[in-house]
Amino acid sequence: MTRIRFHRKLDDLKERLLVMAGMAEQAIQRAVEAYRVRDLSLCDLVVRSEISINSFEREIDQMALDLLAMEQPMAIDLRFILAVIKINADLERVGDQAVSISDRVRDLQAFPVVDLPVDIPRMASLASAMVRKALQGFIEADAELATSVLTMDDSVDKLNDTAFFALSNLIKEQPHYTPQALHALMIARNLERVGDHATNIAEDVIFWVRGADVRHHLST
Amino acid sequence: MGVAIEVSDLNAWYGANHTLQSISLRIPANHATALIGPSGCGKSTFVRCLNRMHETNPIGRVTGTVRVGQTDIYAQASPVEIRRRIGMVFQRPNPFPTMSIYDNVASGLRLNGFRNRKILDEVVERSLQQAALWDEVKNDLKKKSGASLSGGQQQRLCIARALAVDPEVMLMDEPASALDPVSTAKIEDLIFQLKSQYTIVIVTHNMQQAARVAENTGFFLNGKLVEFDATHKIFTNPTDKRTEDYITGRFG
Repeated sequence: MTRIRFHRKLDDLKERLLVMAGMAEQAIQRAVEAYRVRDLSLCDLVVRSEISINSFEREIDQMALDLLAMEQPMAIDLRFILAVIKINADLERVGDQAVSISDRVRDLQAFPVVDLPVDIPRMASLASAMVRKALQGFIEADAELATSVLTMDDSVDKLNDTAFFALSNLIKEQPHYTPQALHALMIARNLERVGDHATNIAEDVIFWVRGADVRHHLST
Repeated sequence: MGVAIEVSDLNAWYGANHTLQSISLRIPANHATALIGPSGCGKSTFVRCLNRMHETNPIGRVTGTVRVGQTDIYAQASPVEIRRRIGMVFQRPNPFPTMSIYDNVASGLRLNGFRNRKILDEVVERSLQQAALWDEVKNDLKKKSGASLSGGQQQRLCIARALAVDPEVMLMDEPASALDPVSTAKIEDLIFQLKSQYTIVIVTHNMQQAARVAENTGFFLNGKLVEFDATHKIFTNPTDKRTEDYITGRFG
């Protein structure tokens, strides 16, 4: 009863998710680059890519639903499909964060550029690295690689906290920079959320590979 | 009430073929336990050892211990006594074709010497009700033969016949594999009802069925028990790679 067709469909599902993952990752990179160089054309690209990401989300959910209904998967295959459904939702939200950053960049155009005490590119590079590593864990079915993502989340959270205090102080001391500081604060928050989504993806990879639920610091 | 079954170092042969190798496990009372595995893995031989059916084959041989409740069934009981305590239902429904529905259900009791009409009537009704068949046949008990019923009804008739002698354990060897989905659902509902009173062991090729009806599942391969665990563990995260490969269809 070797299920060759079924396992081929699982491979297709994985491939589609990885295409979507590439788009979500690129959207974050473009949004942050748009912030760094104040390039509105990059913002347009991010908004356009979101439409594709959303369409991928629906397609992947439908593929997963069909497999659940038609193939009655078991054990590692069942865990894989559950993981894909959840990773799919997280990737779509990564795309949403990119759009949100792009919206901030557009709003910032109305204000003069100032040197703010927040390292957005560094946060972005850390959060993107988390997403990439979690997805590499997914590609290679490597739970250890996925586990290493969980520890990276603390660094992004710390950078977000630091940004919060520094920008709050700036608003207090130089209130005329409040709009720029608030937008930067929101972008830092978006990137912190990207780190959270990467953490979720890593947890789903661990669940798929090991069957262990490590969410909320559980290690069964 | 059902009893636990304790199997220790059970081995079985067909001639020189060592079909079961050192099987040890404990089947809990008043639960359904499913046995899965590819064809020829030994699961049916295993259930046939639990009620001493294996030895009815001239080249069948068994060693090891099977305790049903407090009884060592190979050392302390006769095959006839054991088969009364441990009922069995097979893949193909096998009602006695020339007997009426009533006589089919009463046959086990009559074989055991029961003649009291009132008691027989009570047992037949109770058994058919337990097998969820009473409402469908109550007006034709003596008019229709067992063979005139549909396949699903015949299988429930066989279950009623097995229940009539008040067994402690019910062995079911692929009881729904020849039935349509509606009849299968009725048998599965029945297993669910019966396990509060009986210990049920079910051999099945249908893994979704095992997942639906059984609290525990054992996976057999090449005459060995590879894994025995809670059903939800077997079907979501089995410990042994061979179990995982089998249930995910990577071999078989």
